[in-house]
Amino acid sequence: MASSTTSEHDAHHLPRGLTRFLFSTNAKDIGTLYIIVGAIGGVIAFLMSVAIRAELAQPGVQVFPVLAQYLHGADPAMALDAGKNLYNMFITVHGVLMIFFMAMPILIGGFGNWFVPIMVGAPDMAFPRLNNISFWLLVASLVLAVFSMFVEGAPGMRGFAGGWTFYPPLSGNTGTPGPAMDFVILALHLAGASSILGAINFITTIFNMRAPGMTLHRMPLFVWSLLVTAFLLILVLPVLAGCVTMLLTDRNFGTAFFDPAGGGDPLLFQHLLWFFGHPEVYIIILPAFGIISQIVSTFSRKPVFGYLGMVYAMASIGVVGSVVWAHHMYTVGLSLNAQRYFVFATMVIAVPTGVKIFSWIATMWGGSISFRLPMIWAIGFIFVFTVGGTTGVVLANASADRSFHEGYYVVAHFHYTLSLGAVFAIFAGFYYWFPKMTGYMYNETLGKWNFWLMFVGVNVVFFPQHFLGLAGQPRRYIDYPDAYALWNLVSSIGMIPLTLSVLVWLYVIVEAFLARRAAGDNPWGVGATTLEWTLSSPPPFHQFNVLPRIAGSEH
Amino acid sequence: MLTGKRLTFRRAAIAFAAFLSALLFAGLAAAQVEGQPTPGGLGLPAMVTPVGHEAQAFYNLVLLPIITLIALFVLFLLIYVCWRFNETSNPVPSKVTHNTGLEIVWTLIPVLILVVIAIPSFRLLTHQVEVPPASVTLKVTGNQWYWNWKYPEDQGGGFAFDQMMKADSDLAPGDLRLLAVDNEAVVPIDEVIRVQLTSNDVIHAFGVPSFGVRQDAIPGRLNETWFKIEKEGVYYGQCYFICGKDHAYMPIVIRAVSRPAYEAWLAEAKQKFAGNDTPRNETKLQVAAGDAQR
Repeated sequence: MASSTTSEHDAHHLPRGLTRFLFSTNAKDIGTLYIIVGAIGGVIAFLMSVAIRAELAQPGVQVFPVLAQYLHGADPAMALDAGKNLYNMFITVHGVLMIFFMAMPILIGGFGNWFVPIMVGAPDMAFPRLNNISFWLLVASLVLAVFSMFVEGAPGMRGFAGGWTFYPPLSGNTGTPGPAMDFVILALHLAGASSILGAINFITTIFNMRAPGMTLHRMPLFVWSLLVTAFLLILVLPVLAGCVTMLLTDRNFGTAFFDPAGGGDPLLFQHLLWFFGHPEVYIIILPAFGIISQIVSTFSRKPVFGYLGMVYAMASIGVVGSVVWAHHMYTVGLSLNAQRYFVFATMVIAVPTGVKIFSWIATMWGGSISFRLPMIWAIGFIFVFTVGGTTGVVLANASADRSFHEGYYVVAHFHYTLSLGAVFAIFAGFYYWFPKMTGYMYNETLGKWNFWLMFVGVNVVFFPQHFLGLAGQPRRYIDYPDAYALWNLVSSIGMIPLTLSVLVWLYVIVEAFLARRAAGDNPWGVGATTLEWTLSSPPPFHQFNVLPRIAGSEH
Repeated sequence: MLTGKRLTFRRAAIAFAAFLSALLFAGLAAAQVEGQPTPGGLGLPAMVTPVGHEAQAFYNLVLLPIITLIALFVLFLLIYVCWRFNETSNPVPSKVTHNTGLEIVWTLIPVLILVVIAIPSFRLLTHQVEVPPASVTLKVTGNQWYWNWKYPEDQGGGFAFDQMMKADSDLAPGDLRLLAVDNEAVVPIDEVIRVQLTSNDVIHAFGVPSFGVRQDAIPGRLNETWFKIEKEGVYYGQCYFICGKDHAYMPIVIRAVSRPAYEAWLAEAKQKFAGNDTPRNETKLQVAAGDAQR
């Protein structure tokens, strides 16, 4: 029997409860689940950073021995040592959580799932059940990662404490004989699998499920950003998987890939890890770039300047970003020519990135800009990401990096591009799409408090870290020589407005759900030209049962 | 004509940008004691080696001005567009989405800036990596959690010692917390010192900020770096790769003295460290000594 009443069919069969979420095959619901997991991962990682900055506020060790006694019941006589290990474990887990359980889930799993199908005019992702597996694999991964913190790592210590980049021999049996590292490895296997499957889904959806008239060159830039991201994921995650599997077999099955005593080489690990690790940072920032393009265009009431240039810029960032990995390894003893090559290739990436920054500004130029909250976040992003990007140009030079490697200048650089860059873009996307996803409008004033507290907070936390890096302070240190005290104190003080901003953000959500102000289909006006704004807020459970026909070249 | 809020905003933004730039450049002139971090320091430490001087000049005179200008330029553009093209000042948006000339300019100018950076960058890199003929070669081995220094016999040495951080309770007046050690490594000034680096367990890294030197110490690998210290003094460094719970507690101390004083110290040290004939733990590791950097 022909079905001409699909929406009524839906109303009868709208899944509820466990069926709707545990067994979800709806990209929007899965997107919501990813955002929730991302928020949880982000809050836990943020709390860890509060503890870290509390420790670093003053010279000496004050916080972590107490924390170790409380968390692990560490013997008071061992408290100082347990505290030192706990600190290193916190900075490790902070990094792992922020990258794999906050940024990627929210940007790719969350906003990607919600808006890529809608923006190309598709009813859902190409493989809805695969989408479900991807999500629950990530949850399983998070469970394993959290579990690792409570089992033995280094002798007599809990958890893996060697940094999120987990180089052997510290991550091998030499440094971490206990099972904590094996739990981390298995967590990475699952997270990697989750992302690979998700990437397959995105690529297939984007190539095969665009509505009639939605040519590749009419797709919104956010979709392009997810397309490039998905290709990067498929290229590099298998390398990470191979790398961590080799570490697993070194640890448990007698192989010696990374053990010099058996003929192996610790540097092999580093090459493999960074072959994944560098594209990983582009995997995080490309969707952020996509979000900024959408928002700048919407609130300038102008199409993005230089659409094709923006597409090529993202593609070239992806391609070149895959051949620059050893700029993380300038001090391992690479040959002069190897270092020269990686300096050259890394500097090249500054060009397409600059194209994007200037294109966003050119989009605003001549526009009619309204300073709604998403736009404020986006403008903030453009500035802070430029600051972070320029310190990246500094670090690209191996000769300069000689004075900065593994110091606080690097920490400042990646936090500017991530905690300020990617996180600002996440908040921008959140405020842009929250009305669409929930149907409720948030309180603009509260949201502005969120922004300004965070803007002040992150700048006070991370700008002084450039000074510390220049002065020579090493990273991943629980304590530092007294000369570094001033800027460490200033940096830690910045956590106060930053923490307040996170609390304000949580309140924004609660307040919006309690007040229930209807947002309407399109709260943003004529500048919002992508397909999600043609749907209700929230969209129907199944949208585009009849495919939209796309005409014209607005994006 | 700017009035009211917009004027205040514009002034505040300019003041903030000026403040930031002042801060950035001001600290570079702060008084520094060579070899140790300057309290509240804003810039690179005072350097005492040719490579260090070149690195400092590269950062302060090439990199820092360029990145500051770029950041301020972007900030200025953002402030300008927000002021000139907000919906009140410009209610009808333009439809311009292309300008080939502009796109060429903003591709080419960054390329030129990168070329300007690359020239001193590659020059300094060559100076750092190519080790000149050295009159003193030392072997430094990272351990959890201290450095071991070996002075070769054919250069007047033939001994080795461990360099351990002094605990807080052992600090003498004037000792720097977390930096002072029991046995300082003595070297002569004005001579090329080659340091060969390896590790007995996990990866460590040898870094001395006032030399502009930082190199990883990796088990199964022999890395090399060098420095030529131009003035007598005591120079501190730390471990720059996470190596376990006491990563922050394995400092490096190098005392640079005149050649005669160095030779006198060598003779003393030979006696003092005679019992350490074979450095502790060396036999634990089979070092594949070939293939340092070319």
